[in-house]
Amino acid sequence: MAMKVEHALHRRRLSRNVGLGLVLVLYVGLVYGLTIAKVGGPKPNTLPAAEARE
Amino acid sequence: MSDASFDNKTRICPQTGLYEAQFGDYFELLKPRVMSLVVFTAFVGLLVAPVGVNPMVALASILFIALGGGASGALNMWYDADIDRKMKRTRSRPIPSGRVTEGEAFAIGISLSVFAVVMLSLAANLMAGALLAFTIFFYVVIYTMWLKRWTPQNIVIGGAAGAFPPMIGWAVATGGMSVESVLMFALTLAWTPPHFWALALFTKGDYANAGVPMLTVTHGRKATRAHILGYTVALVGVSIALGLTSIGGPVYMVVATVLNLLFLRGAWAVWRRTDADSDADKHAAERGLFKLSLLYLFLHYGALLIEASLKPFEMGGW
Repeated sequence: MAMKVEHALHRRRLSRNVGLGLVLVLYVGLVYGLTIAKVGGPKPNTLPAAEARE
Repeated sequence: MSDASFDNKTRICPQTGLYEAQFGDYFELLKPRVMSLVVFTAFVGLLVAPVGVNPMVALASILFIALGGGASGALNMWYDADIDRKMKRTRSRPIPSGRVTEGEAFAIGISLSVFAVVMLSLAANLMAGALLAFTIFFYVVIYTMWLKRWTPQNIVIGGAAGAFPPMIGWAVATGGMSVESVLMFALTLAWTPPHFWALALFTKGDYANAGVPMLTVTHGRKATRAHILGYTVALVGVSIALGLTSIGGPVYMVVATVLNLLFLRGAWAVWRRTDADSDADKHAAERGLFKLSLLYLFLHYGALLIEASLKPFEMGGW
């Protein structure tokens, strides 16, 4: 028995499934990048006291 | 089940006899051409702001602003499907052409609107998210559902929706509003009426057939020509005022002066013409003004961008 059964729907909707898949992958990358930027970025209130006074 | 009869060209499902919507059909709901203007003006608003933004935050914010703009486009297509079916220019859009159902467009529009507003609020700040939410509300409810079918000034007030993106971009960077961001908003707002009315002057039949109270339909072409000239004078004032703020400078002023003179000349020529002149040369002056209006807005924002990029070298601005 075949592991994967090809259904008509799979072929008909190939473009939208691939498109949505790519969008989701991009979204994951975007959220990952945003997280790095937000967590790793400098915070004004964490500056050393002397530097903050300047 | 085999699917030998499925035609990849026509995309017709053999079982249901219905068109199978593809990814591109749904993407078309987001009005990619309008989205490109949204992306560009929001990008300029963000870059000319006096506060730097992390590139990743900037990229994400621009994408979510574009998505919000696209979502409002989908909701516009959902509500205006009846008008779109009647107009030659819009007949091939996804809903009138039968590629996407009205329900699908509504679902996509609503869900992407909420998603874009929430994500922009998280990626940038609440002010930017609130402005995006207001923009979507303004475009869909105030313009599409209310003013478009009710008043010939629809374009004037509806133009505000397209004018918000640079303000949102500015808010992403600064978390607020200022005279600069309001004037960027005013520039696109004052630009919209002459731009659309020039288009309406050479596509008059379309709006009349659809029953949309375009100025050309309700007040005639002569009044429309006068309105174009009037709004162009207002546009010149806004354009020059923007150049006097902290984001303007000599480069912007030179570009704005040349463009304003050209635009005034074009609007003057359109105002002076009669319908007979216009029909005789197939609306050459109106078409010319419409094309110039596209260049006008693009180069104004481009000049602001140049001013901003010169600042690190202590050359941009006043």
